[in-house]
Amino acid sequence: MELVLSRTGLWLVSLLFAVVACAAAVDSGFAIHMAIVALACIIGLVVTLRGVDLSRAILAPDQGRYDDDVIRWGVIATVFWGMAGFLAGLFIALQLALPVLNLGLEWTAFGRVRPLHTSAVIFAFGGNALIATSFYVVQRTCRARLAFPGLARFVFWGYQLFIVLAATGYLLGITQGKEYAEPEWYVDLWLTVVWVAYLAVFVGTIIKRTEPHIYVANWFYLSFIITVAMLHIVNNLNWPVSFVGSRSYPIFAGVQGALVQWWYGHNAVGFFLTAGFLAMMYYFVPKQAERPVFSYRLSIIHFWALIFLYIWAGPHHLHYTALPDWAQTLGMVFSIMLWMPSWGGMINGLMTLNGAWDKVRTDPIIRMMVMALAFYGMSTFEGPMMSIKSVNSLSHYTDWTIGHVHSGALGWNGMITFSAIYYLVPRLWGKQRLYSLRMVNWHFWLATVGIVFYAASMWVAGITQGLMWREYGADGYLVNSFAETVLALRPMYFLRAFGGLLYLAGAVVMTVNVWRTILGQQRSEAPMRDAAYDPEKDRPLASAPVAA
Amino acid sequence: MTTIVERHKTLERNVTLLGLAAFAAVTVGGIVEIAPLFWIDNTIEKVDGMRPYTPLEQAGRDIYVREGCYVCHSQMIRPFRDEVERYGHYSLAAESMYDHPFQWGSKRTGPDLARVGNRYSDEWHVQHLKDPRAVVPESVMPPYAHLAEHDLDMGDATATLRTLYQVGVPYTADQIENANADLKAQADPDADAADLKKRYAKAQARDFDGNPRRLTEMDALVAYLQMLGTLVDVNAPAAQEELAKEKGR
Repeated sequence: MELVLSRTGLWLVSLLFAVVACAAAVDSGFAIHMAIVALACIIGLVVTLRGVDLSRAILAPDQGRYDDDVIRWGVIATVFWGMAGFLAGLFIALQLALPVLNLGLEWTAFGRVRPLHTSAVIFAFGGNALIATSFYVVQRTCRARLAFPGLARFVFWGYQLFIVLAATGYLLGITQGKEYAEPEWYVDLWLTVVWVAYLAVFVGTIIKRTEPHIYVANWFYLSFIITVAMLHIVNNLNWPVSFVGSRSYPIFAGVQGALVQWWYGHNAVGFFLTAGFLAMMYYFVPKQAERPVFSYRLSIIHFWALIFLYIWAGPHHLHYTALPDWAQTLGMVFSIMLWMPSWGGMINGLMTLNGAWDKVRTDPIIRMMVMALAFYGMSTFEGPMMSIKSVNSLSHYTDWTIGHVHSGALGWNGMITFSAIYYLVPRLWGKQRLYSLRMVNWHFWLATVGIVFYAASMWVAGITQGLMWREYGADGYLVNSFAETVLALRPMYFLRAFGGLLYLAGAVVMTVNVWRTILGQQRSEAPMRDAAYDPEKDRPLASAPVAA
Repeated sequence: MTTIVERHKTLERNVTLLGLAAFAAVTVGGIVEIAPLFWIDNTIEKVDGMRPYTPLEQAGRDIYVREGCYVCHSQMIRPFRDEVERYGHYSLAAESMYDHPFQWGSKRTGPDLARVGNRYSDEWHVQHLKDPRAVVPESVMPPYAHLAEHDLDMGDATATLRTLYQVGVPYTADQIENANADLKAQADPDADAADLKKRYAKAQARDFDGNPRRLTEMDALVAYLQMLGTLVDVNAPAAQEELAKEKGR
């Protein structure tokens, strides 16, 4: 009862703050945001007062040993935001091919929807996947129930509020104007609070552990949480114009601002999209393959090398700019060195399948994991290559960069997340198996072919663009006007959108599959693994040597 | 090797040590690469002509940020023959020293804008922003006709300049005090812009959007675009001489 009272009080105070801030707002964007916060407070108030048990709403059986409620919500949120992010991506891809799709409205122009797409896939889809899987993995590998269960729920819902504020802000034109760090000062502050709570829940659970050792996946999760906190705080040091307004100015300008931003930006890739997802890999690949991790030593070396080297790589986003040359060179050298620890992770993941390689043939979830690791390897080779200054002089500012990012994001982050979801859903909802394994196979192929279309079209587009910009005629003049290069890319933009459509279609198949699994349905289908035995085909390729 | 693995077990059994060690590992790069930029003098070499933005230009810049123009346009010309011939002299660090946030960009779906100022007429910009394909048929840029319909309301200009002053832009007390008057004067053909031009060297004052009766968002954005890259005279003999000395040529 006391708990309900104090929580009600907390909600009412927050509601009051939001309403006052909304009334005092100096711009309409801030007023709308505070209205959203007020609405969230009202929902929280109603849930508290009516004692709604949210866990029932998602058909959750009580498992007792581990606290999986918030993870179930996290899996649903991951699928939902994934669909939203992929759809936004397809929309802006089509806008570049058919500019009429900007619809002539200020809220739907490419410049506003593009941050919506990037944030939705990185922070909403990726972030929810990371929070949900980290809570799942840390409990299992520590053999301990989640610490601070109330705080864990706050982390989940607080993070969703962050996403809603960020996303609506972009469409309303509320932005800091720094890539992947667009949310304004008050949304940044809110995320900081949520993130500290996340760290507390995660570390608290590790402290409660009944296992002597902290498992390797948790090293990666821990470094991801700590480093993202550091990056987020430093890159978002802003001064608001008004404390009841949405606009603020960063304290860093020009050159310093650029390097702080790309120190942040590259390590959003390095820690959010790499360290965190490697943690997923280190738990789900061995579990699904039913094999131990290939090398413990390799995991130690590549972990420390990866987190130490990654942080230096930011300046490769600023080659040949007004950033001092020494910083560019340093960034390039460390980016190339980064190739090794990155491949250390890939090797450790792939070699874990030693002795279980037949599962690539029979288990579409393993196949997805292998494809994820293959794309991780490819894009962590491509990245160091593009960070070489002479390559970068061609690739920078072109669609090649976009292709590179997507081979990592769609191939590595997407595929490893999908496979983790397929692993988790039957276990979290206590079902015997997924609704359909054949649909997983369909998802695998749709996504893979989609990525091939995407990456190939962007390679062609990027290299075409780079070469056309620097093309000189025999007369010593530039051959192409900028507009001509735009026209040349048009067909590639259509192909890219087609690739995105395939990828989205795969995600739709997953959504149906996950939904039906949660409902407890099982598709009656021919099993994928039982090929009929044909003794005719089971013959050695070379005939046995005849004894002399 | 074995000893490293043995010693590593200490970290694996203590989450505080593990967290601290990881944090130490990830701070080094930032300290070595970023911190020196704040005290090494030649990071930003001084050039003549740089000044903070006028209130109208800053409002235009805020609109540029709001609409996400940086998503498709860079403001950073690299020192390559083709870029210098296409866009003008390569960008100098000093030219973005008052940019909060910097808008160098990372993708050129459209051309670089670092020196777009005074390259096209105001009429061209207005026409192009309203309907890009009316002047560049190949363009894939979204239309921004709504800018011409919205009155400029980017908040109190004095508050904006004061905030920028707080983060390090050297606005004078005079400039901050007169910010709202300067904002209006710069786009009003009937106003006396002498004071504005005294406060801001090379400020261009005129009606930018073709509608002298209203101060619109289009006025502010075009005023910003028309001043981009115009402050530093990179082709002046003095600037060239300086450059030659620097490079030892």
